[in-house]
Amino acid sequence: MIRFVLSRVAQTAAVLFTVSVIIFALMRMIPGDPVLMLLGDDFTEDAYRQLRARLGLDRSIVTQYVFWLRNILQGDLGDSVLLHDRVVTLVWDAFVPTLTLVVASMLVGVVIAVPSGLVAAMRKDSAWDWGSMGFAIFVYSMPSFWKGIVLIWVFSVHLGWFPAVGYVHPWQDPWQGLWKLVLPAITLGTFFSGLVARIIRSSLLEVLDQDYIKAARARGVRRAALVYRHAMANALIPVVTIIGLQFGTLLGGAVLTETVFSIPGMGRLTVTAILNRDYAVVQGAVLLGVCAVVLVNLVVDLTYAFLNPRIRLA
Amino acid sequence: MARSIRVDDLPLAAPTPGPSAAGAAAPRGRSRWWRRFARNRGAVFGLGVFVATLLMAVFAGVLAPYDPVAQGVGPANQGPTWTHWAGTDSFGRDMLSRIIYGARIALVVGVLAVLLAMVIGVTLGLVAGYYGGWVDVVIMRVMDGLFAFPIIILAIAMMAVMGFGVKNVIIAIAVGFIAPFARVTRGDVLGVREEPYIEAARLAGVSGPAIIARHVLPNVLAPIIVQAALRVSGAIITESGLSFLGLGPPPPTPVWGSMIAEGRNFIVMAPHISTIPGIALMVTIVGLNLLGDGLRDTLDPRLKR
Repeated sequence: MIRFVLSRVAQTAAVLFTVSVIIFALMRMIPGDPVLMLLGDDFTEDAYRQLRARLGLDRSIVTQYVFWLRNILQGDLGDSVLLHDRVVTLVWDAFVPTLTLVVASMLVGVVIAVPSGLVAAMRKDSAWDWGSMGFAIFVYSMPSFWKGIVLIWVFSVHLGWFPAVGYVHPWQDPWQGLWKLVLPAITLGTFFSGLVARIIRSSLLEVLDQDYIKAARARGVRRAALVYRHAMANALIPVVTIIGLQFGTLLGGAVLTETVFSIPGMGRLTVTAILNRDYAVVQGAVLLGVCAVVLVNLVVDLTYAFLNPRIRLA
Repeated sequence: MARSIRVDDLPLAAPTPGPSAAGAAAPRGRSRWWRRFARNRGAVFGLGVFVATLLMAVFAGVLAPYDPVAQGVGPANQGPTWTHWAGTDSFGRDMLSRIIYGARIALVVGVLAVLLAMVIGVTLGLVAGYYGGWVDVVIMRVMDGLFAFPIIILAIAMMAVMGFGVKNVIIAIAVGFIAPFARVTRGDVLGVREEPYIEAARLAGVSGPAIIARHVLPNVLAPIIVQAALRVSGAIITESGLSFLGLGPPPPTPVWGSMIAEGRNFIVMAPHISTIPGIALMVTIVGLNLLGDGLRDTLDPRLKR
């Protein structure tokens, strides 16, 4: 187990290193001279050289990368040119609503996916199977930003049941916060349910096909008991890990969904920053998003290993 | 990695009714291949949608009743009528014409982005898998890094760096899809590399690149094609997402994503502006997903259950 944990942590460190190099390279590919951008129109040759030296741009690219990485590891992502605030603060403030949406969508998705995946697997090739898998592909194929608009049109404009836009932290005002989260969470959560229901179905079918299940059936165990007592645990372990591994997909979906519902999250922050050429913010947002994905993947893998004795005891 | 099921390998479509034993009996030849594909109703539907979208894109000039960028061809924000089947937008442009032309951008971006990602990713996967050693380590670690980026976030970052426009959208999306192609290819090459016929070719003095091109590539092609088919829908969704955020091709280019975004401001008085392009987008995506599924079941029987 310890060897497994160490090797996974090392792999994660390697991925994070590669990610940092990719982001650093991307930021260096931005056209235009950052020194000229900071100096404006009126400057002397000397001022140019000084600022260039202060930014470290006269050093080799490797040295620049090391400085850049050191700053980031110390939690210094620079300042926003436009919003006059530290990038770390801006990005973190935007990350919280996005993360809230992702977690709420995961819950909605699992609540829909588990029963529909179960029914589909237990009554394979029946109308139930067709219905739930048809629904799965339908909600999975709907672009989240469009689904959000349709939901607003039906449930806010026509029925007036839910607020169309806005966001309140659920821990500050639970009622308002959750109320405003319903439509966004359904938008992204149904997409997720389509993904997970299919995984549950095929994972369960695979387990139900195994010898120990056939043996239990031969002993006369009833089908429902078979599924709940014998198959579920084995079928759900891979499902749980896949749910975790989809964190990145959900984060990407959240960026689009929150734009529809005017949630002040990562999507709005990044897009505004791009349109304003506020590159420090773009870099900070991308960095935090990707690091979150990589770290969640690590946690999921370790949890999986912990739950699965075949890995834990190896 | 503790991953026993790959999400992309899972059937998207509802299960196909009928005797599965017949489908499992490894058919040979093109007609059997086609028969197996044709038995999958979802896949046939998907193929139909794809062909229809393709025809719409190719013959957009003939099919579109109006110029897609001409303003004031009708009253602004008008719902569907006999003269404007899909209504008009806030500039009085004909929505149907814009949707038809939008298919062109969607398919061009979707197909070209996937082709570009495929060429680069497959090449990297072939080289990494065939040569192994440090080449493999370097290539695959870079792929791991790329793979960690959620596709839309990577595309957003790329657009920030490169600027907007159709060409840059294609490149941004392609970069995001390189890693899956490289991984799939490398995994299969590792198996093929050990086959006796590769050993024979090597002993006969055939060069590495020639062996890769002539003997390795043809034997790992099926999963690559399946991967490509499954990714086109993802590419189109990503393109629409970028356009929706305002990071896609600049206006007045008729793009489904930006049409949906424009309609957001008129959702109360003219809901058709957002909803109708979204239906076009969704039907295309459902079709492509079903088609990709069908191709996987027929071309990559290992994954068939």
